[in-house]
Amino acid sequence: MRSPITLLAVALVLSMMQPLSAENTVSPPKTVYAGDAFSIQTTGNGRAVLYIVGPGQVLRRDVQLGQTTFFPARTLTNAGHYLAVLEGVPSTEGKAFDVAPAKLPMNLSFLAKPSRLPVGLHDGISGTVYVFDAYENLITAPAPVSFQLSSGSGTVQSRTIETLNGVAWAQMDSEAKEGSAKFVARVGEISSTRVIQEVPGDPCGLKMSARQSGDKLEVETNSMRDCAGNIVPDGTIVTFTELYNGAQSTVDVPIKHGVAKAEMPAYNGARISAATGVVLGNEIYWGKQ
Amino acid sequence: MIRFLSLISLIVGTTFAFAADQPAVRIEPTNLPGPRPLEKQTEAAAIGDYLRAWQSLRLALEQNRADLLDADFIGTAKDKLTDTIQEQTKLGIRTRYQDRSHDLQVVFYSPEGLSIQLVDNVEYDVQLLDQDKTQTTQMVRARYIAILTPSEVRWRVRVFQAESR
Repeated sequence: MRSPITLLAVALVLSMMQPLSAENTVSPPKTVYAGDAFSIQTTGNGRAVLYIVGPGQVLRRDVQLGQTTFFPARTLTNAGHYLAVLEGVPSTEGKAFDVAPAKLPMNLSFLAKPSRLPVGLHDGISGTVYVFDAYENLITAPAPVSFQLSSGSGTVQSRTIETLNGVAWAQMDSEAKEGSAKFVARVGEISSTRVIQEVPGDPCGLKMSARQSGDKLEVETNSMRDCAGNIVPDGTIVTFTELYNGAQSTVDVPIKHGVAKAEMPAYNGARISAATGVVLGNEIYWGKQ
Repeated sequence: MIRFLSLISLIVGTTFAFAADQPAVRIEPTNLPGPRPLEKQTEAAAIGDYLRAWQSLRLALEQNRADLLDADFIGTAKDKLTDTIQEQTKLGIRTRYQDRSHDLQVVFYSPEGLSIQLVDNVEYDVQLLDQDKTQTTQMVRARYIAILTPSEVRWRVRVFQAESR
């Protein structure tokens, strides 16, 4: 028969050999802001390994149980849902906590489309903004995003939209006057700018005239402008069509300085028309009736 | 297969489960705030690609192979997961993320069609292995926000971020 002292010694040794038990617990904070310093409290005795795991980050620390373990700033920077687990503690003892995005926006992902469009389009320009913190975490807390579209003529359109799940979007009209417009998205002190080219729309009416030059006919459009008075850009194609005696000939001419010119055969009785895009101009009947 | 089943789910609007080890997927009706309509095929493609990304995530973190992320993740999401895998490798850790169920909803489709945002109330098991010794297996419920952008042949996950449900 063994003495009580021997039994006590055996029990002590066995207890030291046992793995960590449920008495050893880990208590992370419910939420940590990305990049902030934080601490985790453990209970129990002895040393253990503390794991913090999530798809965004993993940590492994040797800790003294029963003490608070401190984690300096910038230890956990990726927002997400994490588990704090002590080595050897039953699985149900792991504690979940969140790393939330930092509160301060530091980066905007701003997509403005299109980069070039005709003037005078209602809701023709769209802007989408995703708001991120300094660690590229999507800030999901609502934040007001100011959208501002300013044209060269001084016209300004503004909208303020609150983010939902980190995103805000707005639509703007293109201006009546051609030129570059600045599209700015701003959250707090952070802003992002895109340049939108607003170009003339389709010609608003197309007129041409013709005059004879030797055995040729010189056809010429008037100065072509869109319905807002902007000169149609050089390079826009005008198609002149001549119908004579059942035959058709066409000439495609780019506009230069707002005007398109071409030479065509001067047939008596020919019918000549001009068109560009979806716009059809006047028709000229040339020669004797 | 996932894309096909997701499409079916969209049509019938019910919960269904894949074969064994495949997560149950429920797709909530969309109520998009934007001006761009979301075609059913686009929705099904994005959701299918997102669910496939979970498979890639599981394999990549289990095997510590960042290359398995290439097909389904891009940008920040890929960078962060790659960093996690590198850290796991350095520490001798592996993690298994087995998704059990997804409750998905498309919450945003950008006006120009270049991003889709999903919210996913997901249940998954996390198993932590240190030097191949299991340290914990735990069921987790979380709300994931994912932003997907189109690439050559599929939608890829660009932002992948969780918070408590």
